[in-house]
Amino acid sequence: MRKKRREGSGAIWLVAPMAIWTILFVGVTLGYIVWLSFMTRNPDGLGVIPKFTLDNYLKILNPSYGKVLLNSLKLAALTTGVCLLIGYPFGYFMARAKKSRRSALMMLVIVPFWTNALVRVYGWRMLLMGDGPLNSLLLSIGAIQEPLKLLNTFGAVLLGMVYALLPFVILPAYSSIEKMDWALVEASRDMGASPARTFFSITLPMTAPGLLAGCVLTFVPSIGLFFMSDLLGGANEVFLGNLINTQLLKSRDWPFAAALSVVLMLLTSSILWVYRRAGGKSSDIAVF
Amino acid sequence: MLELRGLKKSFDGVRVLNGISLDVGAGEFVTLLGPSGCGKTTTLRIVAGLTAPDEGQVLLGGRDITGLPPEKRDVNTVFQSYALFPHMSVERNISYGLRVRGERKDQWHRRVREMLSLVALEGFEKRMPSQLSGGQRQRVAIARSVVLNPKLLLLDEPLGALDLKLRQQMQRELKDIQKRLGIAFLYITHDQEEALNMSDRIAIMREGRFEQVGAPEDIYERPVTRFAAGFIGQSNFLDCAVEGTLDDGAPVLNYFGRRFPGRKPGFPVRPGDSVSLCLRIERIRLLRRPSGECFLPGVLKSRHYAGGSIREIVELPGGQEVLAIQQSASEDRIAEGEQVFMVWNRGEAALVQ
Repeated sequence: MRKKRREGSGAIWLVAPMAIWTILFVGVTLGYIVWLSFMTRNPDGLGVIPKFTLDNYLKILNPSYGKVLLNSLKLAALTTGVCLLIGYPFGYFMARAKKSRRSALMMLVIVPFWTNALVRVYGWRMLLMGDGPLNSLLLSIGAIQEPLKLLNTFGAVLLGMVYALLPFVILPAYSSIEKMDWALVEASRDMGASPARTFFSITLPMTAPGLLAGCVLTFVPSIGLFFMSDLLGGANEVFLGNLINTQLLKSRDWPFAAALSVVLMLLTSSILWVYRRAGGKSSDIAVF
Repeated sequence: MLELRGLKKSFDGVRVLNGISLDVGAGEFVTLLGPSGCGKTTTLRIVAGLTAPDEGQVLLGGRDITGLPPEKRDVNTVFQSYALFPHMSVERNISYGLRVRGERKDQWHRRVREMLSLVALEGFEKRMPSQLSGGQRQRVAIARSVVLNPKLLLLDEPLGALDLKLRQQMQRELKDIQKRLGIAFLYITHDQEEALNMSDRIAIMREGRFEQVGAPEDIYERPVTRFAAGFIGQSNFLDCAVEGTLDDGAPVLNYFGRRFPGRKPGFPVRPGDSVSLCLRIERIRLLRRPSGECFLPGVLKSRHYAGGSIREIVELPGGQEVLAIQQSASEDRIAEGEQVFMVWNRGEAALVQ
């Protein structure tokens, strides 16, 4: 017992740098934001008046802001759904492909990361513009008579989100399928199950952790990713992420921006909580 | 019942099967025995439908099943890794094949209980595979594969992961299950003892071919090739020249100037041919004086006491050392360094190529 206690006191010094780091950069900043969210806005300009109020949170209940929240959740859900529909099959075939082809496919997934995300989003802006290449092509082949409004739509934001977050479904799906013992699939076939039955009875449940991790990895960032909606959604499409951005930088309403941030954090934390309750491992979503 | 006809298979240009043919009768226990990489697993996978052969046919009950997917074959497999579904209980693992066929719980429940009693695992219905020991997993894997009443069960080194004692027990149980259900077994192992204990017939495989196919006794007493003789049992091989033929057709052999008759081989020999004499270590006697028609002089080099037996090494005229194993009760002990005569019966030493 005594020996154990001595080891314990030594361990404190080992975790101390981590603890200080966490308190300083997570605890303090988070605490500051929570504190801000209960303060009163300074009508004269920057900063806040240190006067406690719940107004900032009550303001969120305003239907126009509620709509923003719903819009954000809708976008996140659709992004996750589309990413799963594309990413899971992609990861599956990548894991089942020959070793030589596998690395080529992996490159396809990873190479876009070598370019700045912002630059790539500007690329999408160019493509989707009224007089951009996509519209010109459709016009020239006569598929449309006048340019389509592609940019500054919900669809454009969804496209950008799926584009940015697809790897976060592909990689966990790939790794969980690759790790799965293929003898299980063979055993299922051997006992008379068709390929489809085998997929739903064996492959899908066995790779569920990867699938779940992919869901969390797309859903959580897609609620808050603000530059995508700013650049591709324009002024018409407001989501939680760019609402916070506008409130903080343009309207200079720090307490309200802080309150929105707290709501966003609670939302994502609850998703992670549900993920853990569903048996998901933190290590499966630790990709950053 | 199962017929393999001229199966050939290559992986990435490397020949794994070189045109093998084999018949397995109904209820027969046939073992594929060979070193790793000899093609036995590939053969099994082709029968199961998990690998397609490049050439040749697989017939089951007279029907060509070469092109059928695994789920359409009346054959089940016990995988080397057991391949139990980790997310299903023992009961759901065993009933999987029945549920796939569309049986409802009241239908499959009785069969699962029967299977569990067959493999002596009553009361384990609700356990998960992770809660079972290696031997118990093995039993579940067997129950799961025989629940569908296949005509033929394929077993890929099913006892390879178990320790010696458990392996010997499972050998008896498997043989017992096979007899009781009357299912033909095509069994893979690289363990010669397992093959000898359990099989009706053994097919010795080497580099994608069958070296010899026969009953265990056949292969042990009448090996055809040096590889077959070396893979089953422990033997000494003496390279001899054929000098002539006796009246009964048996060859006269010459080993470093010593002549003695050999057993009639299963292949034609002519004077001048060289053959290997296969001396099983337990069929050699060491005596002070020559006896019978087959003997060679030598010097006793060393003796190792091993409890029930003694292992003795004799150096022959040409310098080759021969291992012999004797019962340890012998009274008249020959000392190390003394002259001995190595004696054997003509009929117990096969000639191999």
